[in-house]
Amino acid sequence: MIALHLIARDLRLSLRQGSDAATVLMFFVLAVVMFPLGVGPEPNILARISAGVIWVMALFAALLSLERLFLADAEDGSLDQLALTPLPLEFVVLAKVAAHWLTTGLPLLLAAPVLGLLLGMEASGLGVLVLALLLGTPVLSLVGAIGAALTLGARRGGVLLPLLILPLYVPVLIFGVSAIDAAIAGLPPRPHLLILGGLLLAALPLAPWATAAALRQALD
Amino acid sequence: MLHRFANPSRFMRIAGAVLPWSAAATALLLVAGLYFALFASPPDYQQGETVRIMYVHVPAAWMALFVYTCMAVASATALIWRHPLADLIARSAAPIGAGFTFIALVTGSLWGKPMWGTWWVWDARLTSVLILFFLYLGYIALANAFDDPTRGARAAAILALVGFVNVPIIKFSVDWWNTLHQPASISRFDAPAIDPAMLTPLLLMGLGFTAYFVTVLLLRVKSEVVAAKLRTAQMAQIRG
Repeated sequence: MIALHLIARDLRLSLRQGSDAATVLMFFVLAVVMFPLGVGPEPNILARISAGVIWVMALFAALLSLERLFLADAEDGSLDQLALTPLPLEFVVLAKVAAHWLTTGLPLLLAAPVLGLLLGMEASGLGVLVLALLLGTPVLSLVGAIGAALTLGARRGGVLLPLLILPLYVPVLIFGVSAIDAAIAGLPPRPHLLILGGLLLAALPLAPWATAAALRQALD
Repeated sequence: MLHRFANPSRFMRIAGAVLPWSAAATALLLVAGLYFALFASPPDYQQGETVRIMYVHVPAAWMALFVYTCMAVASATALIWRHPLADLIARSAAPIGAGFTFIALVTGSLWGKPMWGTWWVWDARLTSVLILFFLYLGYIALANAFDDPTRGARAAAILALVGFVNVPIIKFSVDWWNTLHQPASISRFDAPAIDPAMLTPLLLMGLGFTAYFVTVLLLRVKSEVVAAKLRTAQMAQIRG
């Protein structure tokens, strides 16, 4: 129950402040649009790099809002209160991650097929793109939460976070892109998607555990 | 057993006793290893003299992984038992490990130029070592990002463990990526069994690098302990 309240609270906050979700989405779209301008308008090249571009920009967009994940709560003291609730800190983390995914991961998911069309991605890849993002973006939020908790109270935390987290995003990026490439090449994307699902299942219990440990150190 | 070494003054005594031996072992092993590597081993029938880069490159790559493992073990010890020296060991090991990783990358690049005709290929091993290098840099940056050194040590310890769990996953995914995107023929060298004449210098250099790591690690931990003592003394003086 507390967890659901927490998700609802975070969603309300993000809706009323009207900032994070829209800003992240705008960044995502704008950053992807920069690529045709940088690489050139040739359809072949754009179609070839479309999966990679969308995935890499999704990583950056997820990172963009992660710094705020615990910072606002830590600054106004509500994180201390949350740590005192009967709900284990791990579940508090899980609720916050769920809210983060709903406000940043989900919009990316909806925008991605449109961006795929803009870059000329083949139709066979679009469905897999959404599926891969559906499995991959929660992992980005989960693993990113570890970084957000670790850099809580650090000097230059916002710059530090990508440095810590991007290397850990490598597996998601690789399997996310290879699922789409496989679908476009006419191969079954299933193995890649299964591995992405496996990453999600591994991150689901382990990442909140590490995040909660990091938060306890920060609150000490 | 573990807590016998938690006492800094006992550690300083033991480290002081071990240091001359490990320093001497480093010097001896590296001199012998370099002699075998540069003079007493045959050139490769395919690669010629460039194969001698291997005697620095391969041990450096071994050490890159070994030091990260040491860091992870020390970090786990620090987190579980709140062992005060384990924190210092993990933090002191990181720059040495990053150095070994950097050497592995640079020598790999220098070796790649004559062998593959290019300074860098997105080969699975090179790429995963590059990512390992970034993991080291992230760890060092995080450990130094806090005004309170204990908080930095704790955060860095958790990061080291998260990274340690991830290293095999990253390695696996990079291997997968590489076989998808690139013909593996250029970089595959499945040398059957390595010639004993080449194995001797390789092992000597590997042991020499390990002895070097132990020596520098002890020196760095000793200086950290001394620095902590100095800080305490200064604080006491200020309070007067």
